[in-house]
Amino acid sequence: MAYSEKVVDHFNNPRNVGSLPKQDPTVGTGLVGAPECGDVMKLQVKVNPETGVIDEAKFKTFGCGSAIASSSLATEWLKGKTVDQALAIKNTDIVAELALPPVKIHCSVLAEDAIKAAIADYKKKQQAGQ
Amino acid sequence: MLKFPIYFDNHATSPVDPRVLEAMLPYFTERFGNAASRNHKYGWEAEEAVEQARKQIADLIGASPKEIVFTSGATESDNLAIRGAAYMYREKGDHIITAVTEHKAVIDTCKRLEKEGFRVTYLPVKKDGLVDLGQLRAAITEKTVLITIMTANNEIGVLQPIAEIGAIAKEKGVLFHTDAVQAVGKVPFDVNALNVHMASITAHKMYGPKGIGALYVRRRNPRVLLTPIIEGGGHERGMRSGTLNVPGIVGFGKAAEICRLEMAAESVRMQALRDRLNRKLHERLDELYINGSMDHRLPGNLNISFAYVEGESLLMGINDVAVSSGSACTSASLEPSYVLKALGAGDELAHSSIRFGLGRFNTEEEVDYVADKLVSVVSKLREMSPLYEMVKDGVDLSKMQWSAH
Ligand SMILES: Cc1ncc(COP(=O)(O)O)c(C=O)c1O
Ligand code: FES
Repeated sequence: MAYSEKVVDHFNNPRNVGSLPKQDPTVGTGLVGAPECGDVMKLQVKVNPETGVIDEAKFKTFGCGSAIASSSLATEWLKGKTVDQALAIKNTDIVAELALPPVKIHCSVLAEDAIKAAIADYKKKQQAGQ
Repeated sequence: MLKFPIYFDNHATSPVDPRVLEAMLPYFTERFGNAASRNHKYGWEAEEAVEQARKQIADLIGASPKEIVFTSGATESDNLAIRGAAYMYREKGDHIITAVTEHKAVIDTCKRLEKEGFRVTYLPVKKDGLVDLGQLRAAITEKTVLITIMTANNEIGVLQPIAEIGAIAKEKGVLFHTDAVQAVGKVPFDVNALNVHMASITAHKMYGPKGIGALYVRRRNPRVLLTPIIEGGGHERGMRSGTLNVPGIVGFGKAAEICRLEMAAESVRMQALRDRLNRKLHERLDELYINGSMDHRLPGNLNISFAYVEGESLLMGINDVAVSSGSACTSASLEPSYVLKALGAGDELAHSSIRFGLGRFNTEEEVDYVADKLVSVVSKLREMSPLYEMVKDGVDLSKMQWSAH
């Protein structure tokens, strides 16, 4: 299968690969997928508690090139967004930006799930801290 | 000088040997005759060429030329062998034994027969990919008419104990067919030594052209009869009608002759290249898992799982190398390889697998390039892998609660 230029670019030069400290109360971690399904995504956000703006986002992905590109793109989009704006990111936005073919739509769904899981984790920590 | 992409996918198909092409060319042009034309030189020339090729192929597998039935390829050969025998011997019994790791041409033919009322036993395989002879023996009943087990697997390259299976089939009076596509021309294969009744072969896996294959059908001890699945002009002793693909057959014959003459030296060279690749990878990468027995294996095959790295992303990273993966992401069905799943090592290893199929035209220089490339891409992807990170942090992945999606 041929990949779009944008997928190839994210795959070859992935943005924001890495990890943030999981225990940090301002960091939310989302881990979605399963190894036996062939895809696991870890996405983390670091939120400025004052402003509610995402300062940093990092990912690590086990999955196909489109899954890696989807999570790389997601971290790019997350930075600078508020938590609520982040929740508005839809998998269809990722599909459109990366020109993903139909068989790769679930890779973008995984990225949306990872964003939601990371934000949910951050919110849970904030509530627990109050 | 390396030529890209480097072709390490010789189980999918192999390039045509230039000597084969040269032998074929006149049969497209001045010697274009129909081998069934009895009344002129064009026909005689074509027939003579076909009979020479039949002998070349028979010689490679220790058969007699009359036992070679030409088909359009091994898919058709598998269909003809299994359906042809099932229909012919239906009075005797309705039970067929095969294995879960067979090629789809065998599995789907068996499934079709099940819909038609036949019963099929799909033997599991052991962790090393081989069938258990005790289980095979136990599966044979009064009603068993056919055992069909492949000689070499197209994904993991493992060689089944064909001689032992042949002996069991002989003892029990059951017909034995083997899909020998990946083995013939690569390792010694003799229909008499192995007690095989039928064997499927195809030219395009042994440096011949695509679209031409054969089924070996035993004529003595016992004489095997088949119900044809393609009817028509009664070619190939009535077992397979249709005008013969003369240039294809000529190429197939030449390819078989080259294999017969060069196999001994070539297999040593293939195995040396394969072992070099394996060694270079193991020297520089940890957590590699070889799929299938290393002791009973085609010399040119290596199937490795690079743990914590997904196969399609790996293929994307080594895009100047042509190989294939058992990963779900590379398949249209989004299912990982059923062959690797059958080994019982867990689906995650199937997702991380790469099949290397080395062939006649590969070189040491190519092996070195591919090994270096893999080491760098696997290392990079592992840096990107949440699973690798977790394992390095001491997390037991099998104990994790994963969110299925
Ligand atoms: C083991 C095996 N059997 C059958 C086939 C089908 O052969 P053909 O492509 O000639 O139909 C193949 C090749 O894809 C194969 O590897
Ligand atoms: S992760 Fe499997 S297709 Fe994308």
